[in-house]
Amino acid sequence: MTALVAIAGLSVALPPGGDRPYAVRDVSLEIGTSEIVCIVGESGSGKSVTAHALMGLLPRGLDAAGGSIRFDGREILGQPAQDWRRMRGAEIAMIFQDPMAALNPVVPVGRQITEQIRAHRSIGEAAAMQQAGDLMVQMGLEAAHLHAFPHQLSGGQRQRVMIAMALSLSPRLLIADEPTTALDVTTQAQILDLIRTVQKERQMSVLFITHDFGVVSDLADRVAVMRAGEVVESGPVRQVLDDPRHPYTRALIAAVPRLSGSPDPLPPHAPVLAVTGLSKVYRRGGGFLGLGARRETRALDKVSLTLQRGETLGIVGESGSGKSTLARCIIRLADVDDGEILFDGADLAKMNGRGLRACRKRIQMVFQDPFSSLNPRHTVSEIVTAGPRAHGEGAKEALARAAEMLALVGLEASALPRYPHEFSGGQRQRIGLARALMLKPDVLIADEPVSALDVTVQAQVLELLDRVRAHMNLAMLFITHDMRVAARICHRVMVMRQGRVVEEGPAATLFAAPKSDYTSQLLAAIPGQSRLEA
Amino acid sequence: MNRLSYIARRLVRTLVVTVAVVLLSFFLIRLAPGDAATVMAGQAGFADEAFIQNLRAEYGLDQPLPVQLWKYVSAVAHGDLGTSYERRQPVLDIILERLPNTLLLDGFALVVALAGGITLGAFAARRPGSAGDAGVTVLAMLFYAVPQFWLGMMAVLVFSVWLAVLPPFGIETMGADYTGLARIGDVAQHMILPGMTLALYYMASYARLTRAAMIEVADADFVKTARAKGIGERQVARRHILRNALIPLITYAGLQASILVGGTVLVENVFSWPGVGTLAYQAVTARDNPLLLGIFIVTAILVSLFNLITDIAYSIADPRVQLQ
Amino acid sequence: MKDFLVRFLARPQTLIGLLVFAAIVVLALGAPLLFPRGPFTIVGMPLLAPGSPGLPAGSDVLGRDMLVGLIYGARVSLLVGIASTCCSVGIGVLLGAVAGYYGGAVDDVLMRITEFFQIIPAFVLLMVLVAFLQPSLFSTVVGIALITWPQVARVVRGEFLALRSREFVQAAKLLGESDLYIIFRQILPNALPPIVVVGSMMVGSAILTESALSFLGLGDPNLRSWGSMIGASRSAMWVAWWTTVLPGLAIMVTVLALNFIGDGLNEALSPRRRR
Repeated sequence: MTALVAIAGLSVALPPGGDRPYAVRDVSLEIGTSEIVCIVGESGSGKSVTAHALMGLLPRGLDAAGGSIRFDGREILGQPAQDWRRMRGAEIAMIFQDPMAALNPVVPVGRQITEQIRAHRSIGEAAAMQQAGDLMVQMGLEAAHLHAFPHQLSGGQRQRVMIAMALSLSPRLLIADEPTTALDVTTQAQILDLIRTVQKERQMSVLFITHDFGVVSDLADRVAVMRAGEVVESGPVRQVLDDPRHPYTRALIAAVPRLSGSPDPLPPHAPVLAVTGLSKVYRRGGGFLGLGARRETRALDKVSLTLQRGETLGIVGESGSGKSTLARCIIRLADVDDGEILFDGADLAKMNGRGLRACRKRIQMVFQDPFSSLNPRHTVSEIVTAGPRAHGEGAKEALARAAEMLALVGLEASALPRYPHEFSGGQRQRIGLARALMLKPDVLIADEPVSALDVTVQAQVLELLDRVRAHMNLAMLFITHDMRVAARICHRVMVMRQGRVVEEGPAATLFAAPKSDYTSQLLAAIPGQSRLEA
Repeated sequence: MNRLSYIARRLVRTLVVTVAVVLLSFFLIRLAPGDAATVMAGQAGFADEAFIQNLRAEYGLDQPLPVQLWKYVSAVAHGDLGTSYERRQPVLDIILERLPNTLLLDGFALVVALAGGITLGAFAARRPGSAGDAGVTVLAMLFYAVPQFWLGMMAVLVFSVWLAVLPPFGIETMGADYTGLARIGDVAQHMILPGMTLALYYMASYARLTRAAMIEVADADFVKTARAKGIGERQVARRHILRNALIPLITYAGLQASILVGGTVLVENVFSWPGVGTLAYQAVTARDNPLLLGIFIVTAILVSLFNLITDIAYSIADPRVQLQ
Repeated sequence: MKDFLVRFLARPQTLIGLLVFAAIVVLALGAPLLFPRGPFTIVGMPLLAPGSPGLPAGSDVLGRDMLVGLIYGARVSLLVGIASTCCSVGIGVLLGAVAGYYGGAVDDVLMRITEFFQIIPAFVLLMVLVAFLQPSLFSTVVGIALITWPQVARVVRGEFLALRSREFVQAAKLLGESDLYIIFRQILPNALPPIVVVGSMMVGSAILTESALSFLGLGDPNLRSWGSMIGASRSAMWVAWWTTVLPGLAIMVTVLALNFIGDGLNEALSPRRRR
């Protein structure tokens, strides 16, 4: 097998003043003809920069400082812009993470495909459109979609359009930069399938960038693991997965949550929170004077659940399933249309003002986004003591407790006078957790608390949440889109789809033997099970 | 369908704005000290109380406020904006007589400003930080800081007084009685100074906005996609960057229209351009309140109509309009 | 804060703007001490050129000292610019915050009003207002504040709307903090940068608006302002350029200095760096 691409000793310098001098350093990597190579790494590992260098599309301010990139035996690093332009799209094509942003919003998708064809071949618009239509059909779309604007398509359809566009000139190398990260798990499975199929049909090489070892094990022939701009380990996928040599690779693989081994359900006890028949309808549109179309979305449709002390209930679903709305309704950040929320015998759904405030003190929340969940202009001590102070606790006592609480979540007391921007994502989630725990809640709602974190940090935060739950005998409602994360810490799991509960049961049983077809589909769509579960 | 409902909503908005302008005008009248009767009596030279009472009865000023409001609204709805104190003519007739001159001047300024502003902005955005870019930015800053009327006077000083190449005042040469093409040429010559004075400020703001929008769009992922397709830089700039950057500009052109009217009032006065702006000045100096208010109503309606047009243009340029 | 000052003062334009503006403020404040006779006193022959004995900036159509007029004019411009901006920002922040935070009917009504003010020809409305209220310093300030507050309200409302759905605001609600506390301690500090920038730019544009009003004879008749100096010398422009050129330059320099400061604030306060 001859190498189509040979990257040797590639270094890309970062502008001075960054946290490190190189975005990538001394990277060497080969991609054989009709081979799928995955680069896997956490955020900031330099995997994207490597891909962009190969495409000649390094962002402004980044330049290759040394090394070589050979494509089909020819040196392409530093070739003139003309030559790059001729290669891009025709020899090397690329698809991106967010297909909505990657497509021009004001041009019909068909024209965006023909534009690429006509940039390299001298054919008329009609003939190009014909080709584009054929490609769309091959990608599982309809020719009629050619006239659609990006916003009229779903996320999966948009990514199919991107793939159709990338394949339009039969390139020899396809670079895919996290192309399924923004998609739901079932859509992700379909797109991965599609990439595999077209790769085989066309004998094309693929460079696939991902952070997900599941995807790697399903897709790759060979894999390179990157950390902080360097390749720490590379080799055939089987070898790297089964016998990782570098400790970092080992840590990464170990951090991937498994579907098996969920905690057993607790013996039944009186619930601290009981939700019955909760419904919520979003009404949009109407506009000024009620003109314009009105749209109704049933975000929640008669959802019921119970939660007892010391228990973690996972709410799992894809986007649009209503899982986050459920959390917001329970804690009354959104108004409820129908149903009751019994908390310690009182109905939260009917509460307002002071009563609600008193109850909310005992139900706290941890949020998804480590960047927006802490006020950037408040110090950690202000953030963590805000709750007690709002409920009349003295500043001194609150501060003393804050230091203890930080210790509980694994931070030093020296964090207190600092501002959120001085902390990493995982540390911020710890601060957010400390803030919630300061009010000594009975119920903790965690809304996708680890989905913005890298997999190693994810594992640490999950472990912390579980420990805190046990330590404080908390009832925890854990919202996530990731079945593997749910399996790791939930006693019971509830699967939601389009505002309804599809299935509910003990985590171990539900994941081992799902009752509903939808749950089975979701589970089947999780990448990398065959190898990583073993 | 979605576009139609969007346009329908905008049409309703235009109507609401119009009604609100008329209501506002009615209450503005009440701000002025003394009512129409005392002012007219003063101008007629009678201060006789009985005469004033007569006038009040004649104009319905002795009736309760809601009745007056209703009368006022229905009068305006029928195109009756009242009678000028000074000229004793219907206000609407006076305004309509001057309006074409103003529309000519504003139209010219708008076209020059848009064309020049977009060109300069696109030029500056091609190499942010370059000398050309800095030049455009500095010019824009200067025009933002200069009072428009003063800029006009400086233009007169330079081009009419010192260089003596362009006529400083009026819309055509007095007494020349040109006809046909010669007349068009004469008017065009007179239009250059006021038109350019008016255009320069808006050109500066369009240039600034185009530049900012293009630099922002240039960072978008779809521009990266376009480059990844192997399209030439020029086509990337035109078809992907500029095409998207122009969308906010359409809305902006609508919003600028109201500011353009303010500029017109000043520039027309500097150059004695016989339009609505000089009329407004005359109304101010003559304390001719009905005329001044009439000008407010007419220009407000015109600007809101212009906004309706830009809204429709926007709905054509941006397919995502249904999302709003 | 230290970071902010370093970034703010790093640009030479900002420093120039600050120095020039400070000089103008000092002159304006010191005018009655420097020239106790006031700006309307006739000091010599009309239309004497700059550099004539005792008249570094010449005299105007009535033989009044141009230099004294220019310095007293600064008082009017600064007063109008700052007072109207303060009113406008005060109203705008209050209404914008309420509309953005609570949404609903309040927001709907406020948005209609700001849209209305965006569409109608504001300067003509200002002329009507000032003419009907009788030209004075008071009517100028009130008029300018009245036509500019919706701009501020719009910006503030947008910021509040974006910030209120941020997770830290939701967390604050769950922690039991009061609405007032959330508005002033959680959201407002984060919304401050654009408000400061808009405010600083508004002072300059208010000065321009005031000069336009005075130029049209709608300024306070008891005050000598830059706009009215230009308006009064229109007939003399052909023979005595300095009577129009100098006040215009004064306006330009002042507004330019303010815009430099505003730009500097914008650069220093906005998290996105300039390329």
